[in-house]
Amino acid sequence: MLNYVIKRLIYMIPTLFGMSLIAFMIIQLPPGDYLTSMLATMAESGQNVDPAQLEAMRRAYGFDDPIWLQYWKWISGIIFRGDFGYSFEWNRPVADLIWERMGSTLAISIAALLFVWAVSLPIGIYSAMRRHSVGDYAFTFLGFIGLAVPNFIMALALMYFSYKVLGQSVGGLFSPEYVEAPWSWGKFVDLLAHLWIPIIVIGTSGTAALIRILRANLTDELNKPYVVTAKAKGLPEYKAVLKYPVRIALNPFVSAIGWVLPELVSGVTITAIVLNLPTAGPLLLRALISQDMYLAGSFILLMGVLTLFGMLISDILLALLDPRIRFN
Amino acid sequence: MLAHTFIEGTPETGPAVSSLQAGKPIETAVAGPWRLIWTKFARNKVALVAGVIILALYLIGLFAEFLAPALPDAARPQFTNAPPQELRLFVTEQDGSQRFQLHVTGYTMSVDQVSLRRSYVIDENAVVPIGFLVKGAPYKLWGLFPSDVHLLGPLKSTDTMYLLGTDKLGRDLLSRLIHGTRVSMSIGLIGVAISLCLGVTLGAISGFYGGVVDLVIQRIIEVISSMPTIPLWLGLAAAIPLSWSPLTVYFLITLIVSLFGWTGLAREVRGRFFALRGEDFVTAARLDGSSERRLIFRHIMPSLTSHILAVVTLALPTMIVAETALSFLGIGLKAPVVSWGVLLQDAQNVRTIAGAPWLLMWPAGAVVLTVLAYNFLGDGLRDAADPYES
Repeated sequence: MLNYVIKRLIYMIPTLFGMSLIAFMIIQLPPGDYLTSMLATMAESGQNVDPAQLEAMRRAYGFDDPIWLQYWKWISGIIFRGDFGYSFEWNRPVADLIWERMGSTLAISIAALLFVWAVSLPIGIYSAMRRHSVGDYAFTFLGFIGLAVPNFIMALALMYFSYKVLGQSVGGLFSPEYVEAPWSWGKFVDLLAHLWIPIIVIGTSGTAALIRILRANLTDELNKPYVVTAKAKGLPEYKAVLKYPVRIALNPFVSAIGWVLPELVSGVTITAIVLNLPTAGPLLLRALISQDMYLAGSFILLMGVLTLFGMLISDILLALLDPRIRFN
Repeated sequence: MLAHTFIEGTPETGPAVSSLQAGKPIETAVAGPWRLIWTKFARNKVALVAGVIILALYLIGLFAEFLAPALPDAARPQFTNAPPQELRLFVTEQDGSQRFQLHVTGYTMSVDQVSLRRSYVIDENAVVPIGFLVKGAPYKLWGLFPSDVHLLGPLKSTDTMYLLGTDKLGRDLLSRLIHGTRVSMSIGLIGVAISLCLGVTLGAISGFYGGVVDLVIQRIIEVISSMPTIPLWLGLAAAIPLSWSPLTVYFLITLIVSLFGWTGLAREVRGRFFALRGEDFVTAARLDGSSERRLIFRHIMPSLTSHILAVVTLALPTMIVAETALSFLGIGLKAPVVSWGVLLQDAQNVRTIAGAPWLLMWPAGAVVLTVLAYNFLGDGLRDAADPYES
């Protein structure tokens, strides 16, 4: 088991390296650098710029260094000092800005994952046991809709629905009176009242996919002789199904963390922008539009790392669950 | 020594298949693979309907100028956010008799006394006669053939016919939706063509050679597919300078979208290559002295064309949604280009949607319909891709 974990960790290194390259590329992509845009703003407001001072700043920030040296400075700062660079728009170190936002991104992603599990497990089992029943068809149809409606459209539709039918204004995570308030029961209830829309929006497509997988796996499993034997010797149906077949069909639930998580993080980003949630999404979009590239690049890098660790956890859990993976 | 014996009569031709029922040959027994795939696909009615819908959408995109009642940019400031006009068949005459006349209901203006805001409400009694193949705003079909005939439109050119309502500048939503179909549907096609080249090439190399090449390509795929796509698309799309022409932006967005769409395809192709590499017919071709290129393109590739087709169909909606999402967020396509995502930009907040729900409903409906149809079509193709499977 330990060998497996170590091997898996070593495999992660080139992937992490590749991700950091992509994030760095995005940082470098917009034409010009911070000084050119600063120069433009200063010239616009009629200030004189001393060329010598500019040159000194260029050297201090290392804008003239070869590209690999710039990459090394950037990545070594992150790895050894937790220094993600400087947000020129906010005039603060990037590290100050991102952690809180990444925390809420992670929290909403995990909440959505729990929702995905909680909903797809009973529906998947039901659909596999009552194949081609009305309920099965209804869920299949809903699943297709769930897969087909893009996150942001569903967010808009639910916002409209909630505004029109429930008379509740949505957006954000808290009502205005609770935003600054300390944690209390009222604040928690208020959070739940706001959280259901993003959770449903983000979780629906993953739920639909997982139901389909669980239904297929469980159907295969239910046709195996040992289930027939179990039923034949008089085991009640719920026991004959839940005890072994469901446990075996559950593997994709764990491995789902690996492929659902990137989707969830991705979904949180765009849903948060539409619903104005205090996660990384809106800040990332703003940073990108104002070309505050260190902030944007750090977000992209951290989101990638987040999903990678999710995959690692899912692989380890899967190996714990299924000895076949451990020994191969 | 044995003497050769020759069989008299006509030489044997045709496949060595005999029909089980005498006198009635089984058609599928001698059918080629594409024939079998089609037979299997045609049995799936849902996929068939989905295919027809996709085809119709492309035809709408192709003949957008003719099908749209108005030009996409023709604005009438006096009709902003006007609700949809209902299409009706019969007019009630003054004596109570019914007369056939295709028409839409008219508008009356009402002024809100509190906010002094003008709004339009449907006037049930006003009749705006409309007809087929009417003369309207002049256009050039595909930028080449000048014409002014529109499929459907008001008989009097000063009348209004907004079947789906108007946007905040008083532009006809139906016309914009039809023109948006062209952009949104074609982005998917071009994007998929690019990722097809990338995916098939890299997947084939990876699966055919294996070893170090395979390992490197697999790592690259892993990096790309474990990055959350939307932040990545945002990052790349935001780098496109604002000053670039709409056409350049269009191609760059397509490129960005496809740059991350090829990984699934590459995986599929690689898997098939791994499986087919050891098949007898490949070994036979290799021993016959076929070059590697001939092995890949002549012997292996044809047997996975149908699978590629299915994966491509399933990849297309992702690209369309990606473009829609980017444009919706304001860093994809921008006006004056009209795409479904650009249309959805108008429906950004609840207040707008509450005032004019059609601005969200129709473009969103178009996206969902397209994605659904592609998914059903792709599923059908995937099921039919291997006709020799039981």
